[in-house]
Amino acid sequence: MHSTIQLNVNGDRRTAGIPAHYTLLETLRYALGLTGSKQGCDKGDCGACTVLLDGAPILSCITPAWEAEGREVRTVEGIAMPGELHALQHAFEVTGGAQCGFCTPGVLMSAYALLSTNGDPSLDDVRDALSGNLCRCTGYTKIYEAVLMAAQALKRDGGGRDPVPGDRDAAVVPAERAAGE
Amino acid sequence: MLRLHEYTYHRPGSVAEAARLLASHPGRARVIAGGTDLMPNMKHGLFTPEHVIALKQIGELHGIEERDGELVIGAAESLASVSRHPVVRAQFASLSQAAGSVAGPQLRNMGTIGGNLCLDTRCTYYNQTHFWRNALGYCLKKDGDVCHVTKVGRKCVAAHSADTAGVLMTLGAVADLESVNGARSVPVVDFFIADGIENTVREWNEIVTRVRIPLPSPRTRTAFQKVRQRGAIDFPLLNIAVVAQLGAALAIEDLRIVVSALGARPRVISGLDKVAVGRPLDEETTEAVAQRAFQQCHPLTNIIVDPDWRRAMVPVHVRRALTELAAGSVTAAE
Ligand SMILES: Cc1cc2nc3c(=O)[nH]c(=O)nc-3n(C[C@H](O)[C@H](O)[C@H](O)COP(=O)(O)OP(=O)(O)OC[C@H]3O[C@@H](n4cnc5c(N)ncnc54)[C@H](O)[C@@H]3O)c2cc1C
Ligand code: SF4
Ligand code: FES
Ligand code: FES
Repeated sequence: MHSTIQLNVNGDRRTAGIPAHYTLLETLRYALGLTGSKQGCDKGDCGACTVLLDGAPILSCITPAWEAEGREVRTVEGIAMPGELHALQHAFEVTGGAQCGFCTPGVLMSAYALLSTNGDPSLDDVRDALSGNLCRCTGYTKIYEAVLMAAQALKRDGGGRDPVPGDRDAAVVPAERAAGE
Repeated sequence: MLRLHEYTYHRPGSVAEAARLLASHPGRARVIAGGTDLMPNMKHGLFTPEHVIALKQIGELHGIEERDGELVIGAAESLASVSRHPVVRAQFASLSQAAGSVAGPQLRNMGTIGGNLCLDTRCTYYNQTHFWRNALGYCLKKDGDVCHVTKVGRKCVAAHSADTAGVLMTLGAVADLESVNGARSVPVVDFFIADGIENTVREWNEIVTRVRIPLPSPRTRTAFQKVRQRGAIDFPLLNIAVVAQLGAALAIEDLRIVVSALGARPRVISGLDKVAVGRPLDEETTEAVAQRAFQQCHPLTNIIVDPDWRRAMVPVHVRRALTELAAGSVTAAE
């Protein structure tokens, strides 16, 4: 049975017809064509499918699509500006924080959520925030370096606590506000 | 890719409506809170409910507040908000630690305390895809008639694997339940039974609405230890919750220890009144308590990590917890 779902993804209102049992990840990838979020384990272990729901990182592969209705969804497609990489993406390129790149969209979203609430994270803060994202390539060191580098770059550019240039209207809810509230 | 079966998703606005929906589809409906246990289990074909009833949007199931000498936590509060809550951190350090050690950050944003209490038991031979289970042969808990762990037993011994349950047991917490037949309260220490197939006393049509924890006295100290393979994501190989009432010169007035991730029911270590109560919390008492716990805990191969090693870790982590208590590093109400 198909039903119509309305989602707010990266600031756009999107409508799609989906089978009622679709996950948020399936909806993003197969109904809306947003294939940035990856289907890794597809059962909540790896973090490759991480997206933000009202600013808090969640695993879209085990989130029923309906749980995202009426909430702000942000995916990796929604962090860069047209023609301009986000500071995090730039830092990943500089440090070599992405190798095969499969974990990267999820890692970026966890890091993005961290930088929205903590503009000057310590290495421990970064490790903690990324502890739900598995990477089989990099050994994590370069990923941590990239996130710390991006935090410094944003601070320098006066980006402050909002890592998205030009996105100051979009409410970024602190991670304290858990998904579902 | 793991496909879900087809189901209808309901988002009721109240507990009463959710209870009515649940009761109207006997054997064909399940409630979902964070979904972090139910969704993977459905993807593995372990549950195939035709109706899935969501709880997170129900306002009554939210909130963390002090009321009449208790801390009242709504069942749909996320583990992230429980672990970060200032009162929980200040008064119930072990609960904050346990909730904060579940899985990883994303799963703690999603998973709830009610779902943690009702977490399905886990086993190496059960938490697998349908393809995997079919290849080996099904087991007692789902579709089969043997237990691959005990080989002989007629009972499922899958591991209770929730991190907050043992802590709530030691803290004297009470779970409130509601169904179309009314409401009742069950002390968390009586909530679990030694049956891996359904390891709680919750009736199929009941919803856990909140958890209530009596506020601690200034003498209360708590500690939590978790053994896992990696520092994040992994379920416990063992977890140990301790609550002590300590008087002057660390005299033990009361001591409660619960060890879990063994069998289907968290184990309350017995006989602590004989070796600990009335004595000072010193090295000698610590050793006696650690040995008690060792004698009473028997890990099984329901988790694919050497059971002898896991058993050897019981006294090690009981000692660590008690040393923490004695040092006062994890102290409630200070
Ligand atoms: C990779 C991974 C790692 C994990 N690691 C851990 C870990 O280290 N420690 C740990 O404890 N857990 C772990 N979990 C399991 C899970 O995330 C948590 O236990 C979480 O608290 C479950 O809550 P939930 O709200 O997501 O439950 P759900 O999946 O929504 O529900 C779980 C079960 O409880 C029932 N239920 C839920 N809420 C209620 C209610 N209010 N009343 C009645 N029944 C209810 C559901 O019907 C279902 O059967 C892990 C999960 C994954 C995927
Ligand atoms: S303990 Fe035995 S019956 Fe229970 S899930 Fe494991 S193999 Fe199956
Ligand atoms: S794809 Fe969602 S956690 Fe692995
Ligand atoms: S870059 Fe390959 S998994 Fe992380």
